[in-house]
Amino acid sequence: MTDAILRMRGITKTFPAVKALQDVTLEVRRGEIHAICGENGAGKSTLMKVLSGVYPHGDYSGDIEFEGEPCRFSGIRDSERRGIVIIHQELALSPYLSIAENIYLGNERRGRFGLIDWNRTNAEAAELLDRVGLRENPVTPAMDLGVGKQQLVEIAKALSKRVRLLILDEPTAALNDSDSEHLLDLLRGLRDEGITCVIISHKLNEIRAVADSTTILRDGRTIETLDMRGDVSEDRIISGMVGRDLDHRFPDRVPDIGGEVLRIEDWTVHSPTQHGRVVVDGAALTLRRGEIVGLAGLMGAGRTELAMSVFGRSYGIGITGRVYKNGEEITPRTVTEAIRHGLAYATEDRKTYGLNLIEDIRRNISAAGLRGLARAGWVDDNREFEVAERYRKEMNIKAPSVLTPAGQLSGGNQQKVVLSKWMFTDADVLILDEPTRGIDVGAKYEIYSIINRMADQGRAVLVISSELPELIGICDRVYAMAAGRITGEVSRADATPERLMHYMTQTEETTA
Amino acid sequence: MSSVAPADRAVTPPPAERPKAGRALPVNLRQSGIYIAFGLIVALFAVLTDGQLLSPQNISNIIVQNSYILILSIGMILIIIGGHIDLSVGSVVAVTGAIAAVLMVDHNVPWPVAIVLTLLAGAAIGAWQGYWIAYFGIPAFIVTLAGMLVFRALTLTVLGNKGIGPFPDEVRTIANGFLSGYFGNIGLGPLGGADLFTLLVALALVGGYVGLGWRNRQGRIGYGQKVEPFAVFVLKNALAIVVVMFMAVQLARFKNMPWVLVLLGVLVLGSTLVMNRAVFGRHVYALGGNPLAARLSGIKVKSVSFWLFVNMGVLSAIAGIVFAGRLNQAGPTAGNMFELDAIAAAFIGGAAVQGGVGKVIGAITGGLIMGVINNGMSLLGAPSERVMLIKGLVLLAAVAFDIWAKRRAGTSR
Repeated sequence: MTDAILRMRGITKTFPAVKALQDVTLEVRRGEIHAICGENGAGKSTLMKVLSGVYPHGDYSGDIEFEGEPCRFSGIRDSERRGIVIIHQELALSPYLSIAENIYLGNERRGRFGLIDWNRTNAEAAELLDRVGLRENPVTPAMDLGVGKQQLVEIAKALSKRVRLLILDEPTAALNDSDSEHLLDLLRGLRDEGITCVIISHKLNEIRAVADSTTILRDGRTIETLDMRGDVSEDRIISGMVGRDLDHRFPDRVPDIGGEVLRIEDWTVHSPTQHGRVVVDGAALTLRRGEIVGLAGLMGAGRTELAMSVFGRSYGIGITGRVYKNGEEITPRTVTEAIRHGLAYATEDRKTYGLNLIEDIRRNISAAGLRGLARAGWVDDNREFEVAERYRKEMNIKAPSVLTPAGQLSGGNQQKVVLSKWMFTDADVLILDEPTRGIDVGAKYEIYSIINRMADQGRAVLVISSELPELIGICDRVYAMAAGRITGEVSRADATPERLMHYMTQTEETTA
Repeated sequence: MSSVAPADRAVTPPPAERPKAGRALPVNLRQSGIYIAFGLIVALFAVLTDGQLLSPQNISNIIVQNSYILILSIGMILIIIGGHIDLSVGSVVAVTGAIAAVLMVDHNVPWPVAIVLTLLAGAAIGAWQGYWIAYFGIPAFIVTLAGMLVFRALTLTVLGNKGIGPFPDEVRTIANGFLSGYFGNIGLGPLGGADLFTLLVALALVGGYVGLGWRNRQGRIGYGQKVEPFAVFVLKNALAIVVVMFMAVQLARFKNMPWVLVLLGVLVLGSTLVMNRAVFGRHVYALGGNPLAARLSGIKVKSVSFWLFVNMGVLSAIAGIVFAGRLNQAGPTAGNMFELDAIAAAFIGGAAVQGGVGKVIGAITGGLIMGVINNGMSLLGAPSERVMLIKGLVLLAAVAFDIWAKRRAGTSR
């Protein structure tokens, strides 16, 4: 390719535990819309953070060439000065500041004596809003805008910085269809003005509609770059995203599946922060004794929201639907009640929601089942110690003693502590949200073995995971979710990454 | 079941074991630094005052003069462990003292009934603040800042802007008086006579402490856990025995045991037990350590927060009665700045600003450190502004040390 605005070559970025990027190459032509896709954890966001200087030069190896010149960004301001602007998935507007103030935050329009020139600020902001097609008064506070409009403000902010290359990370993940449509139109318009766009997206139909080329990443490597001006099918992209062999990374298990334990019907949940947004939409699923069931979905599909709302309504508002446990309807309204009904939920974010990091292993294990260790409100210390010791051995938690603070453990061992905690509550329905996130390969195998053991004990296990091979490797059945709805159910024999990915990307427009 | 993975597992070094060696010292220092500091401060003032600080009467004075702050600091450390703060305790001390005075003096309510009613008033005040904090979701800082004003205002209303007294003798005895010597005196040779009961109680306490410690140690050994070397165990216990017995002998030589010390002892033992062994205490630590994780572990975080404040209200009422009884009158300025002393005691005593960490005995030690500084400096004739200066710097140094120790531990991770 001759007229490349951006060339990234041999980019390798290592985190303490994992190689996030390995020899990645990316070439973007001037004035095109270039899509990047790949599974969660394929390295898309990391690559963009390298490009925008979030990971400064020296933190990675490889070369970046922008507009023909080599670049060594030391920070995000550095890359912005060259005209590379990134808009993150989580929007970064300050809610109480006005649209205009947000646009010029850190880049204020100054007048005499270095004071802010409000007339100029608001007038120029109005021009930018006009360019992105947002009909709002620039003095409106950002929090009064919906997500779609906030997205447009972010783009206006990027335009104010004389952007040459605009990077959007999952820009439509939180948008409804008409907002998405408007945004894609805007991107086409910017392209015609000569602004190059890089867009990270899971929505394959959007990629097909808007992208001129697509680069596929998988496991931190560049797989291929497709020219989208020909007719490229969604299946073609999917096979690039998932095409890896499933070798022996999972322990064997002979499933012994019994009767139904948990049934969820017509479960609908609304977002507590975005008014009126439906996060889970009429979901239904069934778990049986001794069964490991997977829940696949891309980011924002509503899997965690479904799990947490069932687990004592710990997420969401306006929850409707029914939950049956062993055939009888239950209505756990608090986590305490959910635990009493034998439910357990191990969170995807261990450090924030799962563990008391300053407390020791022993007390983390007993935290949810403490009543079982107490008589008349007094805890039996010795038994607690015994229980913790038992799980330390059973789960192979690697720590000098059960008195070691949880914060000092590795990710895999922390996860074993969380799983021990829920095993000790005697739950017979365990929901494990991303149980192997941030865990190295060896420990993953152990976690899979523990999950198998849970099922062998007759418990029902629901595994939420973004890694399709993992779901296919350990689950007896897999549900797929997209945009809050259960879009498919696949048995182990029929589960292929392509098939799951097909359901996972099945947003309304592509429904066959 | 072929696998790369289990082989991997065997090779992976257990990451948790790495920091052990480098960490043992700072963690230990972080926990025991406060007691060492207390010892050094006592030694310093003992020398500066030519031993006056440790004279029988002065030891008794330190305890009686600081008893209400110590009572408050028990409730305060619980609240701080739970991740909250209470700025209103000084005003609650004042209003409960005023309620007790109005009941006993103006309305001639029998003193035991009046005390029960006052404690109930304290509980109601705690419930009021606990409701706004736990169930309504207003930060404790704001609710108790409002409470600080509201309850001071109520004090002035109840008292009509004047002091009410005197209190019945029984109430004054609780605050100021001494037990009667149940078993008489015994001679201690050159030290003169001493109250036998005080000595026996001290012996029982020391015996219990050592016995429990030994049982714990044996238990841990039974489970194959690491314990401190035997020599360290002996040294620690010997030190505790010497300190407690020294204080007991001095107290016994002066008069019998002060009533407030009995009260304080019961409260300290009771709350220590609750924090270490009761489900409620554990939930407080879990709440302060990570409220989000606590909620998702099925802990009723709202109810725990609520009862923490009820407890603080009751303890404030106890302190209010003791303080009013000691002055023999309930006054409009009673309890001014007590909240700051109680908060300082908790933080000097090793509580973490983010919550989740702390011990009752630490807060008591923190309170005693300030009490000894107060007392020692006034024995030396230092002006009050200098006492304030030193106390402020000690608080800053204590928290700075805590953060420094934490950071050191953190970097070795």
